Amino acid sequence: MKHNRPLARSAAAGLAVVALAAAAACSSGGGDGGGDADTYTWWDPYPQHDENSEWTARVEACGEEAGVTIERTAFDTTALTNQALLAAQEGTSPDIILLDNPAVSTLADTGMLTTVDELGLDVTGVDENLLAAGVVDDKTYGIPVGANTLAIYYNADVLAAAGVDPASITDWDSLTAALAQVTGNGDKGITFAAIGTEEGSFQFLPWFWGAGADLRDLDSPEAQAALELWTGWLESGYAPNSVLTNSQNTTWEEFLTGEFGFAVNGTWQVNSAAEAGFETGVIQIPAQSGGVAPAPTGGEFIIAPVQSDTGRYDVTRQIVECMTTPEGFVETAMTFAYYIPPTAEGQEALLEAKPELEPWVAAVQEAKGRTSDNLGTDYPKISEALWTAVQNALSGAATPAEALQQAQSDAEAAIG
Amino acid sequence: MTTTSVEATGRASDGGAAGGKPAAPGRDARRRRALPGSASRWTAIGFAAPLLAYLAVFYAYPLWRNIELSVHDYTVRAFVQGNPAFAGFEKYTEVFASDSFPTALLNTALFTLVSIAFQYAIGLALAVFFHANFRLSGVLRALFLVPWLLPLIVSSSTWAWMLNSDNGIINSVIESFGGTQINWLTSPDTALIAVITANIWLGIPFNLVILYAGLQQIPDEIYEAASLDGVTARQRFWRITFPLLRPVSAITLLLGFVYTLKVVDVIWIMTTGGPGDSSLTLAVWSYREAFGTGQPDFSPAAAIGNLLIVIALVFGFVHLRMQRGWEKS
Repeated sequence: MKHNRPLARSAAAGLAVVALAAAAACSSGGGDGGGDADTYTWWDPYPQHDENSEWTARVEACGEEAGVTIERTAFDTTALTNQALLAAQEGTSPDIILLDNPAVSTLADTGMLTTVDELGLDVTGVDENLLAAGVVDDKTYGIPVGANTLAIYYNADVLAAAGVDPASITDWDSLTAALAQVTGNGDKGITFAAIGTEEGSFQFLPWFWGAGADLRDLDSPEAQAALELWTGWLESGYAPNSVLTNSQNTTWEEFLTGEFGFAVNGTWQVNSAAEAGFETGVIQIPAQSGGVAPAPTGGEFIIAPVQSDTGRYDVTRQIVECMTTPEGFVETAMTFAYYIPPTAEGQEALLEAKPELEPWVAAVQEAKGRTSDNLGTDYPKISEALWTAVQNALSGAATPAEALQQAQSDAEAAIG
Repeated sequence: MTTTSVEATGRASDGGAAGGKPAAPGRDARRRRALPGSASRWTAIGFAAPLLAYLAVFYAYPLWRNIELSVHDYTVRAFVQGNPAFAGFEKYTEVFASDSFPTALLNTALFTLVSIAFQYAIGLALAVFFHANFRLSGVLRALFLVPWLLPLIVSSSTWAWMLNSDNGIINSVIESFGGTQINWLTSPDTALIAVITANIWLGIPFNLVILYAGLQQIPDEIYEAASLDGVTARQRFWRITFPLLRPVSAITLLLGFVYTLKVVDVIWIMTTGGPGDSSLTLAVWSYREAFGTGQPDFSPAAAIGNLLIVIALVFGFVHLRMQRGWEKS
């Protein structure tokens, strides 16, 4: 049939269009996760925990307790913020998100999050320094499910061989002297992550704050001292050049080779450090002239985006409460290789089960939120300028002073 | 399909008549004139509709949305609430006035031109080499396609690992020959060279495949005639192969240009545009503004994206113009 019937043809083509449109309509309808009354949607940044993991089981158990099914989806940390924003714009937000703490104020600023008061949650027991990341204009937009922070791990074998006593490291000078001794003995000094992402800022902040610098004033002499400490280590060969592209995971891999004396890393490596092929220990990051430097807090907040159907909040509250009881915090801490609970009660319960975590509990209590000091949504912009300055200075593209001056003017321009 | 319309039978017999009788054309023309207003126009629209719908949904809307994003001030809050302030060309001015702009523009030019120059030269050399059709040439040619088949995350990560300052295989080779460590990805002097090298390697197969196909279009008789006239291998290439390959070369270079212009993944995985801005291209800059930080800035990102579209379009028109010139000559 070379010559077909025009009417039949147009009918067929028309039908195809209708089918296409219907398919499109269906798929957009299917994207609305919050539609089903018995299914609650949950997003978190832990793709390493699959659907058969303990973590998923724990999330599902909280759903069952509230009489609903939880549908969990995991995203990469950076992708999660973008996904949450897109979903809020489309009006298809999930019921619950576990979000990295510096992003909470950004989402809260858009008006897409419910406050703890609206949800009827009690946050009086939560440590103030940890809760601060979720507070914008005196309103609290979530509860930390656990906290972690940075400290310096050391390789006891390497230090012993070089004759370094970790207890002697109390300020920057003694740390640099220890690095000189370790590298003089033929081992590598220290490794950290100075990558051009948020992780780079996260790792630089203990030194930045430890010098007494302020994030509103990136080109202060204190900030310069902190950056010169890092560039000095690279120039003297105390730290490898690859710190410029190292993520915290890569840093840890380097440390696990056993060639390094020290590594800056977080609470989440406690298990891995215990299993390392050499003896490890932990010291707090020292401030410039002695004492403990405030390290930034890491960890996720549990937040509840605004729903058009406010009747869902009651169950959402039950799920959040299930995750934030003292027992809930301890369980989360265990599932996540040591996530320090944000309440005194939770911390006590954790220390009963794991007394060796004492230094980490202390570190978390001393830690400082990145969006604190009323930085809020300005923090991500300042942070970008800061990690760019670190990159420029460590790569030799600019001197620390030039890099920080540039950073300050960039940050001011970005904040407007 | 079981019903037979009058139209259809009429037309079918028409076709037969047109072939058989000389008197038929007049009748045929009349009927053709009568048709457009009715069923055949609807048929045409019906057939075009899926394509038009597809173009509208997947091309026109994103393009319009991109322009819309770039002329409004989409802060994160405005993005979610859908009430951005109109900014006109303010975001474009911001992009042009930014310190990163000259660096990104120069890097984009270097990255694109150096990449495609090497990709094309090496691709062409390999295509001519494999055109000789020696034993196992098929297998070897297939092996050269591997860079194309590997997921970009795999090949870029591998390159990043090979170029690592302290533990990379490339530095260990250099050092074993007495050289000093080169900080490929972490020095502002070499980061761009490193990402260009990786990108050249990735782009060779594309050039090889298209140019190889182009070579097979060149008739063997020309080569035979030339060999009877006693040309050298050099003349054979420059006087026959290269000129006859010109249209294929032009399209390869144009496609290569457009592909290379918008490369994000390779650079992002290897250096994230750093250290500082030293391997930042316009495409990477756009990605960094939108998704690279904790604070998405969609408006400047869209403005940079639009700029890239304009650059690609300009070169597309240059290509069309050149092609028209060749057709005339």
